[in-house]
Formats: sequence, structure tokens, C-alpha cells
Amino acid sequence: MSKKSFFQRYEWSAYFYLFPALAVILTFHVLPVFYAMVISVHSGGMTNYFKNFVGLSNFEYVITNKHFWYSMWNTLYYVVGTVPVQIFLSLFIAILLNQKIKGLEMYRVIYFLPVITSVNAISIVWKYMYQKYGVLNSFIGFLTGIPGPDWLMDTTWAMPAIIIMSVWKGLGYNVIIFLAGLQNVPPSLYDAAKIDGAGRWKTFWNVTWPMISPTTFFVMIMSTISSFQVFAQVYMMTGGGPQESTTVVIYYLYQLAYVEHKMGRASALAFILFLIIFAITYLQKKFTAKRVHYN
Amino acid sequence: MFKSIKAEEKFIGTLIHIFLIAGALTMLAPFLWMILTSFKNKFEALDSTIIFPAKFVYENYIIAWTKAPFFKYFLNTVFVALACTIMQLFSSSLAAYAFSHMNFYGKEWLFNILLATMMVPQQVLLVPNYFILKQLGWLNTFYALIIPWSAGFFGIFLLRQFFMTLPKDLWDAARIDGCSRLKFFFKILLPLSAAPLTTIAIFTFVGNWNSFLWPLFVTNDQTYYTLQVGLSNFNQSEGTEWHLLMAASTFCVLPLLIMFFMAQKQFIQGIAHTGSKE
Repeated sequence: MSKKSFFQRYEWSAYFYLFPALAVILTFHVLPVFYAMVISVHSGGMTNYFKNFVGLSNFEYVITNKHFWYSMWNTLYYVVGTVPVQIFLSLFIAILLNQKIKGLEMYRVIYFLPVITSVNAISIVWKYMYQKYGVLNSFIGFLTGIPGPDWLMDTTWAMPAIIIMSVWKGLGYNVIIFLAGLQNVPPSLYDAAKIDGAGRWKTFWNVTWPMISPTTFFVMIMSTISSFQVFAQVYMMTGGGPQESTTVVIYYLYQLAYVEHKMGRASALAFILFLIIFAITYLQKKFTAKRVHYN
Repeated sequence: MFKSIKAEEKFIGTLIHIFLIAGALTMLAPFLWMILTSFKNKFEALDSTIIFPAKFVYENYIIAWTKAPFFKYFLNTVFVALACTIMQLFSSSLAAYAFSHMNFYGKEWLFNILLATMMVPQQVLLVPNYFILKQLGWLNTFYALIIPWSAGFFGIFLLRQFFMTLPKDLWDAARIDGCSRLKFFFKILLPLSAAPLTTIAIFTFVGNWNSFLWPLFVTNDQTYYTLQVGLSNFNQSEGTEWHLLMAASTFCVLPLLIMFFMAQKQFIQGIAHTGSKE
């Protein structure tokens, strides 16, 4: 290979192709990260924002604030309530759908419907169903004879109500991903298990579960990350109430930035959330790495 | 327990269908309730023991539609979602072309910077982008809704992966025939990439159609409201006018539902594809 000069070695017209995407991504996705750091160490009004350098006091404000800890606790409650149930149910449904059953396409479409509808519209519907004398409580009363709770007005039931609605909304997405994962398991492995006389339960634990572990891992990480960012359901259904029982981190961020106009504190909070998501993703990766089986 | 393996299979098959049908009904019930309520009168909507309206009140749709400027919200949303989708397709395919076919200075670290943007949650960007848009004078304009989402790493990555699976001889053969880089991109690469382009188009369109936190932040003028922001305001102003709220919810989800029924294969394949990437 002949040695080319610096200018001949590269195709400089590449930058022409990169320009539209790079201009947007650098301006609105990369620069803001650094800008957020600057904002988080300043305090001021909406117009003269960079007047006062305040060091880390915005961070200090956030982590010593009881509202932050409420919101953190509520978010964890939401994540722990949503992710495992979501994984269990969607895997279960995907396995049922993978049994060469009739009507697969129809089921797939139906389970996927909530995924593409907007959270806002569907939140209004669930809010309506969750009313004290709403259809859900009529149904519960009809089945059990016990009057249901006033879901969204009750500090005990508001978060479970949001969790149930979110599981319902996101289930279909994970069903599709699990189904794709299940369909990638080579049929020869199932044949081998059959020859060895393994029952359904054994086949699941020894063939299916290890073979789809990369998919399970993907679903777990993705749904954890997105669950930490829950917002629209809360905004639409409870407005963070009653008594802050559903104020999640992003809702608190929204209040800091949009209602109180404390942009520095909001930025600090966003960074803290980012670090938490990052740490949890990292830990999940570390703990599950040994158990995930890649071909 | 069972007389034969066949009887057991049949029993399990029935059990599977019972589970799946129960699940499917749970998925559909809120939609059915939404549609039924949207045709009820005010008093029927407040009594949850009434399942079917005595008389279908079609006027609910007209009242809801005209009570807030939903037609305007609709046009705004279609415009924003379409513009984002077209620009996203354009910018990501060009960038993916450079990353997959060209050798340029800084390729490696540029790609890594873009990869890192995937890790940053949107919420971190919210406040700084508010200031950036303010300095650009773009708050309360369509620019604020469109430009920041007119490119993204997801599309670039998906297309780059796809372009790299195409045989290298393709470009070599084209070059011998005197084909330029640009011509190769438009005449050969793009026509081959219908599948990944469709996936990106669907994701971008649906994402922007349903986007809420961003438009809530960067617009506070009704002229630029999207459907989701408009609907959330309608939710706050109408309180317990459930019949109207259900009518509004119905017409807000309808366009995407229709789109989904028309292209459900592409939707589902697109999602299944992104899931198996890991």
C-alpha cells in the first residue's frame, strides 16, 4: 500500500454528508449536556440567569430537600412495581403466543394497541375508569361485593393505580420483543430436550430461559430506564397527588423548572437522576452479566 | 390425569386461549369504554352501571372538537411529526452513509460522541435546550418543535448497521461505471434500504405524535400547541365532562390507530428488530 498524505488519506466530502445530522445533534443533544452543568452551578431569574455563581449549592438544595426524597421514593416504588410485573407478564404472554396457536396476528395487534396510543389520551380514559364510582369499582363490586377504593384520591392506592395503568400500556411492546427472542431459539434445541424426556417446565428453565436471557436483559434495562422517567401518566391523572404520593422525580423536575422557575435546581436534579439511572444500569449489567448467555 | 397425550395437548391449548382471550379483553376494555362513553350524554357518562347509551350522541364529537381549537392542534401535530420524520430520514441516511462508506478524520471519536448521546435522558436536555432555544429566538415557534428532533443517533446507527451488511462490491462496481458518491447514495443505497427507513419513519412519526414533555416545555402559545398539549389542557378545563373528554381522547388516538392497522407488520417487525440488536 502506498503511503498517502494526510489530505489524500481521508475523504473530506464526508463532512458534507454528516453536516445536517451533526449540526442538530451537537447543538441540541451534546452542547446542552455541558450547558446543563453550567446552569446547575448558577442561580438567577429567567432573564439574567448567569448572574450568580453558586457552586454546588443547587445540588445541596436538592439532596437535602424532603420533596426530592419523596419523589425518589415514589419513583423507586413505581420502578419496582412496574418492571418485574411487566417482564413476568410479557414473557408469559409471549410464550403462550409462541405455541403455534391460531389467531396469533390478531392477538399481537390487540396486545400492541395500548403501546401506540398516546399516554395523555389513555391517561384520561384510565382516570375516568378509576373514579370512585367508575367502571372499575363497579366491576370489582360486581365480582367481589366489596366496594373498591377511591383510587386516585387515596394516598395508598394512587401509585398502584398508576402502576397498573403503566403495565397495561407497556405490556405489548415487551411481548413483541420477547416473541422475537423466542422465535430465534433454534427448534433443534426443543427437539433435543424432547428426546431427553424433559417436560414443559424443565424445557423452559433449561432451554428457553437461558436462550432468551439477552432479550430479558434488554427488556429489563430498557424498561428500568424508561420507568425512571415516568411523567405523563402522573401529570394527567394525579398531578403528583394526593399529598405528593405520586410525585415522581420528573414531575418534581417539572415543578422546579416550569412552576418555580428554578432552572439551576432543576438542572442539578436532572443530573442526579442521570447518575442514578446510570448507576443502576451499570449494576444491573454487572450482576446479570454472568447469567446472560450469548451465542 | 389425561387419557392420552392428545387430550392433554387439547386441554393445554384451550387453557392458553382462555388466558390470551382474557388478556386481550383487558387490553381492549379501556378502548371500548372510551368509545362507548364518547357517545353517551352527560348523565349516562357519570353512571358507570350504564354500559350502552340509550341514544348515541354524536354531537359530543362536534362539541369537543370546537370547544378547543383541536383542528389547529391537529394540523400542528401532523406538520411537526411529518417534518421531523422527513428530516430525520434525510439527515440520518446521509450521516450513516458517511459512517459506513467513507474514511474521514475523526470518524471513530465522532461516532463515540454520538453513541454517548443515547445514554443522556431527555430530561437533562430540557432546561439547557430551553435556554438555547430562547437565545435562538425559537421558543414558541415550529423550529423549537421540529429542529431538535430532526436528527438522532438511533436512526444513524440503524442505517449504518444496515449499510454495512450490503456487499462492498456494490460500490466498487458502481465506481468503475463512473458513479459518484452522491449518485450511488440516491440511485442504489436508498432504494435498497426501504425496510430500515420504514422502521425509522414509524418510530419518529409515532414518537413525535405522542411527544408531550418537550412541547409542554417549549411552547406556551396556543398557536403552536400539539395535540397532546392541547388534550392535556382540555383535560384540565373540562374536569368531569367525561363524555366530551372521551370523545376528544378518541379522535386524538384514532389517526395512529388507523396508521397502525394499515402498517401493523412494519410496526411489529420494526420493534422486534430493535429488540434483537442487543
